[in-house]
This record gives sequence, C-alpha cells and structure tokens, in this order.
Amino acid sequence: MTFPILSVIIFSPIVGALILLLMPAERKTEIRVVALMTATFALILSFWVYLNYDQVAAGYQFIEKYAWMPQLGISLHLGVDGISTPLLLLTGVVMFTGVIISWGIDDRPREFFAFLFLLASGVFGVFVALDLFMLFFFYEIAVFPMYLLIAIWGWVKTREYAAMKLTLYLFIGSVVALIGALAMYFNSGFETFNMLVLETANFSPEFQKIWFLPVFLGFAVLGGIWPFHNWSPDGHVAAPTAVSMFHAGVLMKLGAFAALRVGIMLLPEGAKFWAPLILMLATVNVVYGAFIAMIQKDLKYMIGFSSVSHMGLVMLGFATLTKAGMTGAGVQMFSHGVMTALFFAATGMVYDRAHTRQIPELGGMMKPLPWVGVTFIIGGLVSMGMPGFSGFVAEFPIFMGVWQVKPWVAILAVISIVITAAYIMLAIRRTFFGEMPKELEGHITPISAMDKVALGLLSGLMIALGVFPSIMVPMVETGIENVLRLLGGA
Amino acid sequence: MFNSSMILAILPEILLLLLGLLILILDIVLKGKDGRNLGWVAAGGLLFILVLNVFLAKPTMPTDVFGGMIRYDMLGYVFKMLFIFGAMLTSLFMMDSEKLGNRGESYILLLVATIGMNLMASATDLIMLYLAIETTSIPMYILAGFMRDDKKSTEAGLKYLLFGAMASTVMLYGFSLIFGFTGTTALGAISGFSLPLALGVIVLILVGIAFKISLAPFHFWAPDVYEGAPTPITGFLSTASKAAGFAVLMRLFIGLFPPASAYAPSWTLIMAVLATITMTVGNVVALSQSNIKRMLAYSSIAHAGYALVGVVSLSELGVGSVTFYLIAYVLTNLAAFGIIAAFSKVTGSEKISDFAGMSRRNSGLALAMLVAFLSLTGMPPFGGFVAKVFVFAAAVKADMVWLAIVGILNSIVGLYYYLTVLKVVYLHRMEGENEEAHPIPLSRPYAIALSVLSAGILLIGIIFGPWFNIASSAAAGLF
Amino acid sequence: MDFLSSHLLSVILFFPVFAAILILFLPKGEDKLVRWTALIASLVPFVLTVVLWLNFDASASSVFQFEESYIWYAAINSNFHLGVDGISLSMVLLTTLLTPLAILASFSIKEKVKAYMMLFLFLEMGMLGVFMSMDLLIFFVFWEIGLVPMYFLINQWGSSNRNYASLKFMIYTVGGSLGLLLAIQLLGVSFGTYDIGELISHFNYSAVLHNIPLNMDINAVKAISFWAFVVAFAIKVPVWPFHTWLPDAHTEAPTAGSMILAGVLLKLGAYGFIRLVLPLYPAESAHFAGWLAFLAVMAIVFGAFGAYGQTDFKRLVAYSSVNHMGFVLLGIAAAAKAIGTANAHIAMNGAILQMFNHGLSAAGMFFLVGVIYERTHTRDLREFGGLFPLVPVYGGILIFTSMASLGLPGLNGFVSEFLVVRGAWGELAGYTAAAMLGLLFTGAYILKGVKNVLHGPMNEEWAHGEHKLTDINTREIVVMVPLMALMLSLGIWPGWLLTVINNAVTALF
Repeated sequence: MTFPILSVIIFSPIVGALILLLMPAERKTEIRVVALMTATFALILSFWVYLNYDQVAAGYQFIEKYAWMPQLGISLHLGVDGISTPLLLLTGVVMFTGVIISWGIDDRPREFFAFLFLLASGVFGVFVALDLFMLFFFYEIAVFPMYLLIAIWGWVKTREYAAMKLTLYLFIGSVVALIGALAMYFNSGFETFNMLVLETANFSPEFQKIWFLPVFLGFAVLGGIWPFHNWSPDGHVAAPTAVSMFHAGVLMKLGAFAALRVGIMLLPEGAKFWAPLILMLATVNVVYGAFIAMIQKDLKYMIGFSSVSHMGLVMLGFATLTKAGMTGAGVQMFSHGVMTALFFAATGMVYDRAHTRQIPELGGMMKPLPWVGVTFIIGGLVSMGMPGFSGFVAEFPIFMGVWQVKPWVAILAVISIVITAAYIMLAIRRTFFGEMPKELEGHITPISAMDKVALGLLSGLMIALGVFPSIMVPMVETGIENVLRLLGGA
Repeated sequence: MFNSSMILAILPEILLLLLGLLILILDIVLKGKDGRNLGWVAAGGLLFILVLNVFLAKPTMPTDVFGGMIRYDMLGYVFKMLFIFGAMLTSLFMMDSEKLGNRGESYILLLVATIGMNLMASATDLIMLYLAIETTSIPMYILAGFMRDDKKSTEAGLKYLLFGAMASTVMLYGFSLIFGFTGTTALGAISGFSLPLALGVIVLILVGIAFKISLAPFHFWAPDVYEGAPTPITGFLSTASKAAGFAVLMRLFIGLFPPASAYAPSWTLIMAVLATITMTVGNVVALSQSNIKRMLAYSSIAHAGYALVGVVSLSELGVGSVTFYLIAYVLTNLAAFGIIAAFSKVTGSEKISDFAGMSRRNSGLALAMLVAFLSLTGMPPFGGFVAKVFVFAAAVKADMVWLAIVGILNSIVGLYYYLTVLKVVYLHRMEGENEEAHPIPLSRPYAIALSVLSAGILLIGIIFGPWFNIASSAAAGLF
Repeated sequence: MDFLSSHLLSVILFFPVFAAILILFLPKGEDKLVRWTALIASLVPFVLTVVLWLNFDASASSVFQFEESYIWYAAINSNFHLGVDGISLSMVLLTTLLTPLAILASFSIKEKVKAYMMLFLFLEMGMLGVFMSMDLLIFFVFWEIGLVPMYFLINQWGSSNRNYASLKFMIYTVGGSLGLLLAIQLLGVSFGTYDIGELISHFNYSAVLHNIPLNMDINAVKAISFWAFVVAFAIKVPVWPFHTWLPDAHTEAPTAGSMILAGVLLKLGAYGFIRLVLPLYPAESAHFAGWLAFLAVMAIVFGAFGAYGQTDFKRLVAYSSVNHMGFVLLGIAAAAKAIGTANAHIAMNGAILQMFNHGLSAAGMFFLVGVIYERTHTRDLREFGGLFPLVPVYGGILIFTSMASLGLPGLNGFVSEFLVVRGAWGELAGYTAAAMLGLLFTGAYILKGVKNVLHGPMNEEWAHGEHKLTDINTREIVVMVPLMALMLSLGIWPGWLLTVINNAVTALF
C-alpha cells in the first residue's frame, strides 16, 4: 500500500476548509495562517508528484482506485499522466499565491478561504480523476464556489450580474456534457465510468459524430471558446484578485482539459470529424479576443479578453490533432495559467492602491511599485510569445501544428501576436510609465514581502520554462502520445 | 395462516399507532401544560421506531400478506423508513411552531398520516390503497388548516380538502372501472385490458395521483396550500406525502401495465409530456415569486417533474433512481422548509427580500440553507446532484435524450432562482447594516433537525453507493 | 580551464546575464558601483572574445568551430546549438567590443541606472545569441529577445518623441519577425529539423522531406520562406523602403542605444541575409540579385540625399547608416548573383568588412553627436557653427571619424567600400556605377555636417556664459580611442580581419 498522495492532495484543501470553518471568525490572523499552511501543503505535494512522475514509464501513475458504487461502475479512480501533472502543479502554485495575495481580505476571511479551498479541491479532483462520473462530480464542485466568491467578495458594481452569468453558462455547459457522458456510459456496453476502459470502447463513428460536439463544447465553455466566452471577461473583472487568478489561471484550464480528456480521448473519431470546426472557432477566439482586448480601457477587462485569446490557442492546438500542436496546447495551459495569475495579481495590487483600473487614469506606477511593474512586463512578454519565456515555448509548437493542418489558419492566428504586442506594450507604458496622476500621488504604498514572494514565484516559473522547456515539454509529450495513440497512429 | 412476516409487514404501523396512543394519554395527563415536550416524545418515539424497524423489519423475500392486501417488499420498506424519518424531523420542527407545537393532537395527526403513507407504499389491493390514501389525506387536511385564527391557513385547509376530495373521487372512479371490467381489486390479478378501458383507467388514475403529487396542470392547489399551511406541515406535505404518491404511482402503473404490456408506451408518453409541463411550469413560475414558501412550492412542483423523468424510463434503473431522488429530495426539502420555519419564527416574514443579511445574523443557518438550496439545484457534493444524474441517466438509457435535455434546461432555470435566494442571504445587507443586533437564535430542536438533515444531504451526496443500493433493491421488487 | 575552453561560446553568451542578475542585487542608490560593475562585466566577454579570436583556427578545414550542442526542445527537435565561423566571429568581436564602449558612454545616465545597465547586458546577450546560433529556432529566440531591451531603452531613456518611436520600432520589427516565425515553422515542419547546417545540406534533396503542409510543392515552400526571410531581414537592415523606423528610433534613442542600434543591431539583418538567405536559397537569391542591388543603390542614393537634407545632426548620422548599409547590401547582391566566383568572394568580403567598419564608425559618430548634445541640449545643425576653436580635441576626433565614415583611403571605410565595388563591378556594373554616384553625395553630406558644426561663423552663444562649451573629457576620449585605433589599423592593414572572414566566405559561397 503506497501513500495515497493524489487523494491527499484532493482532500487536504477540504480538510483545511473544515478546520477554518471551525475556527472563531474573529481570529483573522490565525485563519490566514491556517489557510497558508494548507496551501503550502498542497503546493509541496503537487510539486512532489511533478518531480516524481516517471517520464520514461509514462502513462498513468500514482494510480489509486477505491470502489465507490460498484453496481454502476463508479469508483474513486485517480491517476495522473503527462498532461495532468503540470496542471496539478499549476493548481498548487495558483492556490499558494492566491492565498498570499488575499492576505489583506478583511470581510469574512474564514468563509473566503473555505470556499476558495473547496474550489481548489474540485480543481485537483478534475485533473486527477480517471472516472468519468468523478470527473463531473469534481467539476461541478469546482464551478459552484466561484459563484459565492465572486458575488460576495467581488467588485461591487458588477459582481451579482457577473457571478450569475458565469454560473449559468458553466452549468449549462457541464450538464450538456454530462448527457453526452451518460450516453457514452450506456452505449459502451461496459457499464462502467472508468475512462481507461471507455477509451477502448470503440464507439461507432455515427455515435461519436453526434456526441462529440455536445461533450467537447460543453466543457469548452469553461475553456472560454468562442462564441461561449462571454461569461469569462465579466467574471474575471468582477472577481476578487485571488479568485480571478484561480478563475483564469486554473478554471479555464479545467474546461480545456476536460474537453481533451472526455471529448477527444474518448471520442477520437468524432474529434477527427469536427476538428475543422473547432479549429475555426478557436481561430476566431484567438483573433477576436486579441482585437477586443486592444480596445479595452479597463485593465482587468483587457486581461480577461487576452485570456480568451490565449485559451483559443489551447483549443487551436487541440484541434490540430497533431503531436506538436497538442503538446504546445498542453504547455500553453500551464504557461497561460501562471501568466494570467501573475497578471491578475499585479492588477489587483495596482487596483488596491489606486482604486481604479481604468488605464487612462493610471500612470507612473513603476516607481512606487517596481516589483509589480517588472513582473507585469514579464507577464506581458510571455503573453506576446516572446522567446525566452514560457509563452514562446508553448505557442511555437501550436503554430507548428497548425501549419501542418491549415497553413492559412496559422497565418491568420499569428496576427494576434502583433495585436497582443501592441496592446500589452501600450498598457504597460500607460500604467507603469509616464506621469502619475496628481490624485494618486502619495497613495501608492509599497507591496508587502509576501506579495513579492508570489510575484517572484510566478514570474520565475515562466522564465524557467522559457529557458529550459525540457523541464516540462517531454512530460506533456508523453501524455500527448497517448492521445495520439487513441486517435489512431500518427 | 398467521406467520411472523405478517407482524413484521405492519410492525411500523403498529408501533406508530402505539406511539400515537402514548401521546394521547400523555396529553391528557399533562393537561396541556408543557405540551411542547410531547414533540420530544414523538420525535424520540419515531427515532426508536425507525431504528427498530431498520434492524427487524427488513424484508428478505417479497411476500403478499393479509390476503394480498399488502405486499411486504423492499419498495414498501424503503419508503416506510423514509416517511418515518420525515415524520420524526417534522415533529422536531413542529415543536417550536406556534399553536402546533404544544398541542398533542397535532402530533397524533402527524402519526396517523404517517401510518396512511406507510400503507400507501405497501398496498397491493385497490381498496386497501384507497383507504390508505384517505388515511393520509384527512389528517393532512386538518393539519393544513390547523391555525384557525389565520385566514390563509383556514383557506389552505379548505382548499386542500376540496381538491383532495375531488381527486380521490376521480381516482376511485378509475378503480371502480377496473373492478367493473376485470372483477378483481388485487393488483396482481388484474389483466385483460381493452383499449378504451386502458385509456380510461390510465387517465382517471393519473389525474388522481397527479393531484397528490402536484403535477402540472393539476398543481394549482399546491402553492396556496403550501403558503397557508404551517411551515413544518408544508415541509411534510411537500416531501413525505409526495413521496408516498410516487410510491403509489410506480407500484400501480408498473403493476398494471408492465414494460412488456401493449399500453406501456402510451402511459409513459403521457407521463413524459406531464413531466415536461410540470418541470417547465414549476420552474418558470418559481422565477417570479417573492414569497419564499410559494417559491419552494413551485420548486417542489418542478422536482416532481424531475422525479417523473425516472418513472418514465420504465426500467429498474429508472425506478431506483426515482427512489434515490425522493430520498434526497425529502431530506433537502425538509431542510429548506425547516430553515424557513426557523427564520420566520423570529422575523415573522416569508419574503425573500427579508432574508437579506441572514448569513451575518446566523452563519450556521445560512450554511444549512446553502447546503439545502445547492442540493435542490443539483450541485455536488450534495444529494441533489447524484439524484439528478441518475434520473437523467435513466432517461438517456431509455433513449429519451430529449427529456433529459428538457430536464437540463429546467435545472438551469432552477439554478437561477435558487442562486438568487442565496445571493440575498449571503450578499445583501439588512437595512442599516447592523445584522449583529438582530441575531436569529435557533432552538434546540431546530438545531438538531437541521444538523441531521445537512449531514444527511452531504452523506448521500458523497457516499451514494450504499444508498443507491437500497434504492435499486427497492426497485427490483417491481420487476 | 577545461570547462571554459569547451564552453567558451556559452560563457561569452551568458556572462552578461549573470552580470545583470548580479547588478539586480546590488544595493539601491549606489549608481557608481552599478556603472563600474556593468563596465567590468561587459569587458569580460570582450576579453574572452579575444581569447576566442586567438584560438580560432582560420585555416582549419571545419568552418564552424567551438561548437556546442545541448538538447533544448526535444518535442520539436530543436537543439541549443552554438558555433562560430569567420563571419560570425567578426560580428561577435564587434558586439563585445562595442558593448563596453557603449556602457562607458552611458556613464552620464542619471536615471534608473540599474535597470539601464541590466537592459544593456540583456541586449548584448540577445545580439551575441543571434550571431552564435546554429539552430534556426534558437536564432529566432535571440532575434526576438534583442527587441525587448531595445524597446525599453528607447522608451525609457529616449528623448521627447520616444513613445512614438519605440512603438514604431516594435511594430515594424515584430511585424517582420512574424513572417520569419512562420517561415521558420514552415521549414521546421517540412524538414523536421531546425539545425541550420542540416537544413542547408538537406535543402535540395526532397527525399528527406518530412511532411509538407497542404501537399505544397517544395518550390512553393522555398518561395514562401524565401520572401518571409527577405522581408524580415530587410526591415532589420533596413533596406529602402523599409527604413522609415530607423531615423525615428535613432533620433529618440539615448546615445549608447544609438551606438548599439547602428553598430550591431543593423548588422543582424545583413547577417541574416548572409547566414540564411544566400546559403538556403542560392537560386532565388541569384534570380533576385538585381532587385536587391536596385534596393541597395536606392538606399545608398536616397540615404545620402536624406542625410544631406537633415538639419538634425543625429538624423543626419542615422540616414548615413542607411547609406552605408546600402553598400553591405550591394556586396551581398553581387555575391548572390555570382555565387562561387572570385568576384562573389571579393564582394562578400567587402560586405562583411563594411558591416564591421560601419559598426565602428557609426558607433563613433553617434557617440560624438551625443557628446555635443549633452553639452548644448540641441542637435540642430543651424545652431552650431565655428566650434573648432572652442573644442579642438573634439573637433579633431569628429573629423577623423567623419573621414573614416566617408571612405578616405588609409582609413577603414575605404577598404571595405573598395572591395564591395570591386566585386560588384564585374557583376552589376550599372548599379555599381550608380552607387559610385551615391558615394559622391556621401562626401557631400559628411562635409556638410562637419562644416556646420566646426567651421563657419561661430555661434557666440556657446563661447561664453553658462552655455560655454567644454571640450571632450577623458572618459569620452577613452570611448573613442579604441574605435579610432581600429579604424586606423583596418585602414592600413585590413589583413588580420580579412583572413578570418575570407576563409569562411570562400568555404561557404
């Protein structure tokens, strides 16, 4: 009996949340410390899994399986492969930095962290679940706390609207996908939700063609695929900093990941049939998101739409169904996760001090907030796909994959890089350089050492991955090879 | 003739009757003083009955007893335990309800109604069934109109009585048709339907039952009655009583027209249409409610629609999933009404907007509300999620994907109004923002009942395996 | 020492980064310490480059030496592959030489010194990486990395119109590199490798083709990537008519930024032509050589006219860069046309030498503009005049550098321009003749510049009072001395550099 590390990772946030709920609400400092300890614990464990994942052996590792409901073939079946391991680490990192960034939350911090941890545990669960039912179970758990986190602690102006919109969209998506999953369950004839078994089901091509779209798009809603991306920028803007980080950093990956795991891996024929459509939608995502981001005045909306654009790249990579493209998409999930987490953290720090996110009302932030400025610039370079940073490592293979399938799409999508460069550079210049508006003078207090830890960790990861892609890419590749095997050869 | 299974088959009913008698005597002895303590007696007694029966009265082989009047099987057993559990928590809720809690007769009426439900779940003879339905209904009429000084309550009692009586009459007419054409009232012996007869029977009985479980378009009594009746009674009415109706529905229809019979497609189609209408009407109308009891009334109409989806699929999985759904639903809705009872006892209001700031007034109560409402929505890790998944799974398996999609669209509407309430609870502030000055104290019975229910909702939501086992073993008896 | 000798290139490449990180951790407010650290740190790569130069075997059979290769991005079969031949070695030498001088020239920077020095060192790494990489992807990586520090150098330390200029610079070059990126991917996908050496050797054997997208014809792949490469490099050089970003960027950049921009960054484009376009697409290059020569002549002539028309001293020097880089292009065009012949070798030698020379003289000229600008806060030629008596040392240096730039025999510019013209004459006589005409205007604008600054009636404003002009100081002389020494030595004895270049040129072309 080996140490059940994956279930410990999933359940440790829940345990942390329970401990928090049992603590008296006035002891805010103790509550924060407990929260940080929980997050650190999860980070260490996920890092341990990352380090100990055996790339040579590949496949699913750290497998755990407990019967949950044998009569319907549901089991608590956990395991990670090359695709989910980096995402596990990502979740750990975002959770850790999210807690650090939220140190200053003063309104009911106990409930805040408890909900945040519930969310985290759902996210962990989705990434490691090898059972279709459990995947849904955790997926829904991850979606819901979002509502309360945004509605209670969000930006007063739009939080109710945004929270409701977000929850409705995601709920629709997930239940539509759920119907597809149930159809798979009954059609396979195996009477099991075990995805490893369902992979071998050989569904008829007609079946796959019918069900691929609901399943893939149902999940991809959370990945922000056009035209179902509408919830995402609103949600990003309304959410409090840590939640935006989680939301853009991890939750959107959840959608993309589930779309890959359930949509493409279980219904490969359907994926092949519909790939051109997905490719098209994703291209719209990429280009449209970048254009819309360019005209935003609100810093958070800008980042929100840039997330739409970047998640489009992930979908684009998946839709190529080539090794390069999908590997890039896998890396892009990690890279984008870290990058947006950083963006939102930095934006949050600016907003906390300036009380505005309108780009024209900001300026000269570099001087009082050098850490924020520099890390924001690093994030910007990642998002432009600048070589030497993780964004390049991810985007290059994606475009390579697209070349192999539809060169004109590659050319079209590449336009987004120029647009991204333009709006990111403009935003950086207007926010961090130039003259500081009079009314802000003296209000910009320096950030705390803990904030620096968070910013440093996030930007360090992006640089490390950019300079040494081999710390992650081969791992993702092993996962993708398995996907390709299911897609039949190649 | 006589054997032990005859006693075991009606052991819960016997014990319930004894408990009722005990309360009657105590009520006389205490002469109305400290009547509230009778609630503890009732709840304690029901708990004892529940535990005892769980261990003693579990049937091994389905057997017909009392000359085929009653069938001693898992389906009946599961539902009986559910009713007793519901009655136990309802009596806890009743304790602190004005005019209800310190009157012995209210508990006795509750127990009698529970006996009726128990018999509904196990009756296999049309006459027995009818008697059971009336045994359930009459005490409920009285309980609904229990608060004589309250106009709404009186109206509720009268309305319920009138519509209930009419529904019973229609159903009785259906029964009489069966007897007239086939010459028997024993469910197992009925056979040889002709088409017009089958159609008439299906329609008449369905109308009767549709009233009981408030399916659209026979639901219009429900919101008024639910709103007017004392809140704990509303909880009982909307859960146990509805579950009893489903038990009858499944036993009757699957017994009369089994899946293999020629008429099965027609009644499932009728029910599928009814389910669609019910879900849609319930959810859409609930959207615009400003009174939380009316909102929950419509939501419970909608939930009847979801459960019906499972019945329609006409399979063991379907019936099992309905049973599971009802278990989850009973727990959840009881909790919801319990919370409202606790809230309005202190604030005297049932308006949704008055729930503003509740999370700061009593965070435990708000958390319980979160659990209950999310379970109603169908979010994991709460019971409602698993229940919904199983019901939809049954529909998908029966190749009724469209019905599952209707269900999904509806649960999204549901999500919206449940969230709206939670938003008020968690997000909005009281006028003046001084929630700390207006706490909502919870009396002990409420605290116990709500903790049990919240834990139960979580338990069946997470460790659903054993519960589903029970539900599917109940279903197995029908096929 | 073993490590050092086997990893010499990567040490040179990454030392600036380590230095930058070190500077990051220096205490706040210690500007002097930061400056000296940066200067000393930038001298280390120079010293190592000299070591490299001395150990470089010009007559060896293998063209590329000091090769290093590490697995970098296995998923797409790209390796971290470094190596130098004579061509890149001379460019590396130019880079490591100019960087310390530029840093020394920036000692007068007062604001955000730390960030400035760090950006400079990053910039150095980017430029060195381009010259050293033997993998197409790595080439692109460094190509792009160089952009960022330059953008910020212009944007943060530039003069009044810096926002416009920096964005223009960014958009032009990013736009150019997009095509480059796509072309690189197209090649990578088609050939399954990014190694430049392998690509060149595979290029004409379609048997090794992996997987051409869309079943395109191999010639289509070649044509597309050829044009993408040409456009990207042409923007960087800049070839007329893609040159409009250059005067803006130069004018707004800080002095040291202009030095590096003109001295090294412009060479990246030309280097791209030499390293990638000609070897990969000999046929296409030969076919379009006439066009390239036409553009080169346009650059020479219009650059000269443009320079003549300027009233801003810095813009004048900036346009002179367009003019001088035209000669580089002319040499490349001639080499492309007649690849494999002696003429080609001569022209190519001339082009590369011209790159080196222009690096020296342009850096010197920009620095001298900066020197006078720091004192007078104007670059308007009409406000100077007759300054020679006030600043005799500065005047002498300015004349010396201008003459080198003009191509006076005995100084370096003459040698390279002569070689280019000599090589091109046999191949592209018409264009060469036109270019000679351009050379005439080169003389005109340089003399105009020198005259307006040093001679003529003295602007009294600079002679007295608070605006009294002071002569060039020791630090500034230290910057100029190595440049002038090299100009002179290359003018008199260009052999030491040409042997190294020539060896590579004859092997490759």
